[in-house]
Amino acid sequence: MGARASLTPIIRSEKRVSMAEEDPARITGQKDLFTDPDPDKARLFFRNKSRALVSKLSTVEEVVHSMVHDGDYIAIGGFGAIRMPTPIIHEIVRRGKKNLGLAGHTSTHDFQVLVAGECIDRCDVAYIIGLEARGYSSNARRYVESGKLKITEWSNAALAWRLKAAAMGVSFLPARNLLGTDTLRQSAAKVIECPYTGKRYVAYPALYPDFAAIHVHESDVYGNCRVYGASMSDQDLAKASKRVVITTERLIHTERFRENPEATFIPYWCVDAVIEIPYGSYPGNMPYEYYSDEEHLIEWLQAERSPSGFKDFLKKQIFDTKNFYEYLELNGGIEKMKKLRARELLIDR
Amino acid sequence: MEYNQMELMICAAARDLEDGATVVVGTGSPVAAAMLAQRTHAPHLCLMFEAGGVAPILPALPISVGDSRTFYRALMASSMPDIMETCQRGMADYTFLGGAQIDMYGNINSTMIGDNHSKPRVRFPGSGGANDLASLCWRTMMVTVQDTRRFTDKMDFITSPGYLTGGNSRYEAGLPEGTGPYRIVTNMAVMGFDEQTRRMTVLSIHPGHDRKDVQDNCGFELMWAADITETEPPSEEELIILREEVDPHGYIIGRKVK
Repeated sequence: MGARASLTPIIRSEKRVSMAEEDPARITGQKDLFTDPDPDKARLFFRNKSRALVSKLSTVEEVVHSMVHDGDYIAIGGFGAIRMPTPIIHEIVRRGKKNLGLAGHTSTHDFQVLVAGECIDRCDVAYIIGLEARGYSSNARRYVESGKLKITEWSNAALAWRLKAAAMGVSFLPARNLLGTDTLRQSAAKVIECPYTGKRYVAYPALYPDFAAIHVHESDVYGNCRVYGASMSDQDLAKASKRVVITTERLIHTERFRENPEATFIPYWCVDAVIEIPYGSYPGNMPYEYYSDEEHLIEWLQAERSPSGFKDFLKKQIFDTKNFYEYLELNGGIEKMKKLRARELLIDR
Repeated sequence: MEYNQMELMICAAARDLEDGATVVVGTGSPVAAAMLAQRTHAPHLCLMFEAGGVAPILPALPISVGDSRTFYRALMASSMPDIMETCQRGMADYTFLGGAQIDMYGNINSTMIGDNHSKPRVRFPGSGGANDLASLCWRTMMVTVQDTRRFTDKMDFITSPGYLTGGNSRYEAGLPEGTGPYRIVTNMAVMGFDEQTRRMTVLSIHPGHDRKDVQDNCGFELMWAADITETEPPSEEELIILREEVDPHGYIIGRKVK
């Protein structure tokens, strides 16, 4: 690949503006930092977090009741409608949780559902409102355009590195994105200078969520778990969050982890509760298990176009269903899951 | 063979990706361009997706940049921090971005329209991975329809950095040296950026269009390369691969170009 080096001309900046002479608006974000990046406060919390190897089996109702409080700052694992802990998100809406903060780290259908329940009032935004190639959520868009949501801008890497800083137990990490843009200006980041090279970095403040829900392929009763496929930021999310619930496609025996310990994705001590929920990522994609239910996701987008019609849709789908399995049944149940499994495995049925 | 504007745009973008390079793609036309390049002149083009997929053999166009298609038969299913750090280390040659507005320096807006960030007139998704990729990949490309609303000198928001205010301003802000916008492929022309001023510069014009079309559909003054050529139309081979292998359902090439 030696030839590749010559493709890119090296451009050297001739002048370097010192940080002291720089316009402060160019190097300091103007928006709120919703969480405390102090690593010593986090250490005190983690000092008291249980390390006991005990069964953490629980239920969706119990977890949302005891682990999610109005005003908490929450984060959802996966990547929008991929490996999404749907039952937890629905229950947060059903129980009418309020004034939550959210890490909007490629937040697609999860954001759409939390906004439909008017559960969140502040958001660290990397990606919201859209459902990628499927289009925009008109309800989520109305909510944000009304000014009801306090927004601080970031990017996917910015939030990934904020979680990584927290996972490392430091109050910030330096990185080279966001510089020079309005995204930086509307963030809560600050620019610093490298003590070795004089180069500029954005110092990303550690993000310690109060609560995180992560859907995985396999977990034991203690919360040791495995994820297959792209892992997004979930390893750092599990380490950074104060309280973590794992929803799992399958419970497996602890002996399986002992046979193959290098495959453990999240260790038990990060985890506070484990819930076995096959198909728990529906209507999202669960890699190697089932594909996303595109028809149902489009139905959501279409239902949102009329605010009154959407109220009925939401009542039928979430408020009038007792739990996730009633919702799944309403949308096709096991027969639907067989089709989505065939779609995931590229089997022509 | 007859072709539509989207097919021409995808073919023109695909030709810029050389064999052996790495390219970080999203969904839509960029994936189609990368898949076409792989099936023509660049079989060893390595696709990367920001959620963690590396070198997949895509069985179909993905709907999300993290869905299971993005690591189907891949060499690695990694993580978002790993992909972004790979870009920051200087290992990502190309990326493709989209947006609601772009200016003469290749700065891109995918966040909002309006003048009050707390209460935007129109809200878009925000950066997602766009700012990261525009900051950290060597060369940023864009495939987009061209009009005076989208190509503007009045940006409501700069989500992702191009050459900022031109000259060396991008590097003075601290962004990695040698990175920046490289090609903009529109429905009328292919643009690059002037080496000194860093302003958008027309390199070739598509068949059926002229300088006036290109300038009239741009909200700022374009620069013109000394040797402007006519964009080479899609070949029969490219069109057959695009229609039969890359996008057989016409999800992208069947879209109307507004």
